[in-house]
Amino acid sequence: MSLILRLALASLRSRKLTTGLTVASIALSVTLLVGIETVRAGVRESFAGTIRGVDLIVGARGGTLQILLSSVFGIGSPAGSVKLSTMQRWAEHPAVKWVVPYSLGDSHRGFRVIGTTPEFFERYRYRQNASLTFTAGGPAVGDTDVVIGYDVAQRLGYAVGTPVVVVHGLQDIGTSSHDAHPFKVVGILARTFTPIDRSVYVTLEGIEAMHEEGEQQTAEAGTAAAIEPEAKGAGAKGGETLAATSAKTPAPTVMPGAEPPPGTPMVMPGAEPPPGTPMVMPGAQPPAGTPLAMPGAEAPPEVKQAPRPVPKPKPAATDTAEAEHDHGDDQITAFFVGTKNRFEALMLQREMNTDLVEPLTAVIPGVALGELWQNIGNAEVGLRIIAMFAVAISITGMLVSLYSSLEARRREMAILRAIGAGPRTILSLLVLESTLLAFLGCVIGVGLVYAGLALAQGPVEQRFGLHLALRALGSTEYLYLGIVMGAGMLIGFVPAWKAYRTSLVDGLSPRQ
Amino acid sequence: MSTATAPAVALSDVRFAYKAGRDVLAIERLTIARGETVFLHGPSGSGKTTLLGLLAGVLQANRGQVQVLGEDFTRMSSGARDAFRARHLGYVFQMFNLIPYLSVKENILLPIRLDAGRRARLGTQSFDAAVREVAGELDIARYLDTPIGELSVGQQQRVAAARALIGHPEVVIADEPTSALDTDRREQFLQLLFRSCENAGATLVFVSHDHTLMPLFSRIVELGEINTAATVGSGA
Repeated sequence: MSLILRLALASLRSRKLTTGLTVASIALSVTLLVGIETVRAGVRESFAGTIRGVDLIVGARGGTLQILLSSVFGIGSPAGSVKLSTMQRWAEHPAVKWVVPYSLGDSHRGFRVIGTTPEFFERYRYRQNASLTFTAGGPAVGDTDVVIGYDVAQRLGYAVGTPVVVVHGLQDIGTSSHDAHPFKVVGILARTFTPIDRSVYVTLEGIEAMHEEGEQQTAEAGTAAAIEPEAKGAGAKGGETLAATSAKTPAPTVMPGAEPPPGTPMVMPGAEPPPGTPMVMPGAQPPAGTPLAMPGAEAPPEVKQAPRPVPKPKPAATDTAEAEHDHGDDQITAFFVGTKNRFEALMLQREMNTDLVEPLTAVIPGVALGELWQNIGNAEVGLRIIAMFAVAISITGMLVSLYSSLEARRREMAILRAIGAGPRTILSLLVLESTLLAFLGCVIGVGLVYAGLALAQGPVEQRFGLHLALRALGSTEYLYLGIVMGAGMLIGFVPAWKAYRTSLVDGLSPRQ
Repeated sequence: MSTATAPAVALSDVRFAYKAGRDVLAIERLTIARGETVFLHGPSGSGKTTLLGLLAGVLQANRGQVQVLGEDFTRMSSGARDAFRARHLGYVFQMFNLIPYLSVKENILLPIRLDAGRRARLGTQSFDAAVREVAGELDIARYLDTPIGELSVGQQQRVAAARALIGHPEVVIADEPTSALDTDRREQFLQLLFRSCENAGATLVFVSHDHTLMPLFSRIVELGEINTAATVGSGA
């Protein structure tokens, strides 16, 4: 065997040019095949690593993908809104560790503005388990604080202290801008290669305050109309995006001093107010800051069917910011939930999806990302097929070069036969040669992939925001390499068979 | 075993055809004793190469017996014939005898590297000593590490002879090994070949057109005379 290996190596070495070219063509196609696989895995990994550490994303009843895309990727608009009180109610759930609001609806120079809480910056994880870090400043705490992502800071040239004006809606034109409530950058996030880099974060209070002041402006213009206790006065604003209306939502229970619109179910103006119910009295002045305690906000009796006791919002739970503005239950577009125990996420998801108080859709990010990948990942199949063809072409090239070299090597085969080499020896020699070619091609191809990765890693990260990790080969790559090696070996049998036949017939004296 | 006492070559009633029904070789009887140096000649197409193929066990007779050293090739599998050839035969071609990407030494060593039986014939002798011995006899000891391409044709043929003789095979078959050499080199080469065969106790079957070499051999076989198929063929 060692003789055959020595012969094969010496023979390959003696044909440096064809050997080199054959190996190069195999190496390039292996580079293509493994490279595509590596990039695909990288894209998938970075895709799956867009959001980590969040067990559930909860939004208004709607499509899973819609909630995922609107909240995590900032694509499209959310299906609806969720009451802040609902989030707070769920925060009390025994399985829930933390909740973080994630409210969309405004923009700044084309970047999405998200209302959240400082806890968001602690809880959010990306890639494997990376936390958000600040390159400057810190989280947004006050209602004029703004935290901006890496891309926002780069593109707009903002630094800590830069004043920011937030615009309602995603376009700068047409819609109202909240000039009256100027924000200021207090923190810049380090690069994450996720949509966070293109986001602007403010506090929920900030959004609220901004809309509050905005409303005051509009109110001045429309005082006359507002005098009419028509629900339509507020309803006209319903055309705006939900987050914007959050401050103006005509929550019927929360119209202190105004005549409640007829037919508002919860206040039941036609009904006799039960004596001794101080807060529901129409026309009565309810004490400011207690709107949530209204019985109407209570869950309907059916909710008690829920398997777990859903904690009722406690009046005391109303946070102070909300208490200041007595416009009732604030709306957010989504919230993130972290569970105490990961395994409870599924159960919690089902519970939320069947919440009778408010129609919700809870999404497990990993699952939804997986579904999304299924949909968009089909392009990879095409790439793989192309790469497979490249491999087939280079293997065929190897066959051609081995086969044509055989004619020149008939003497060699004849000599070996005359010395006593059996057909099996000739066969092993040629198959070993083709296997060696395939092996060299694989090794060099994989080497090229790693070299290419090492070189392109930086630029790709800069240009495309895609982090390509230098990692060990996966099972798919090994499978591909195995296929290439196997094909190389099989191909060796073709010239070997031919050599066997010819060397038997005219091995000892080939015509010259 | 009969191997030790049997003649080097014994053919009886041998028929061979590449295509069915068209015999190129039909030999009633041919026996070559051990230690003979046989000059085998005949016109082109008389079946010399075919006969050598049969003697080397590369070709299989359609009929009759081909015995080499007492072993009947017609009853052996092709694998067994390959092994037998590796062990007991040396073969020298007309030209292009050497594997170009191996050194002179590696070319000479090929037969003993390829076959354990041939290796065993060296006894306690090391590979290196075996190569030196045979190369010394053929006067090529200086070229052991020279690239094949730098050797003259005569030197190449001597390397081929060394390769055929290493490990002391019983039978050496040479297929017009001198046809590419100058006349004065031919005799020199033959002298070396004879001496080596004699030292190794090998039987030499030498095919050539060159009748001037005839007197040097112990026996001359005219293939046209013994091959009835060729006679019929040329007569037709």
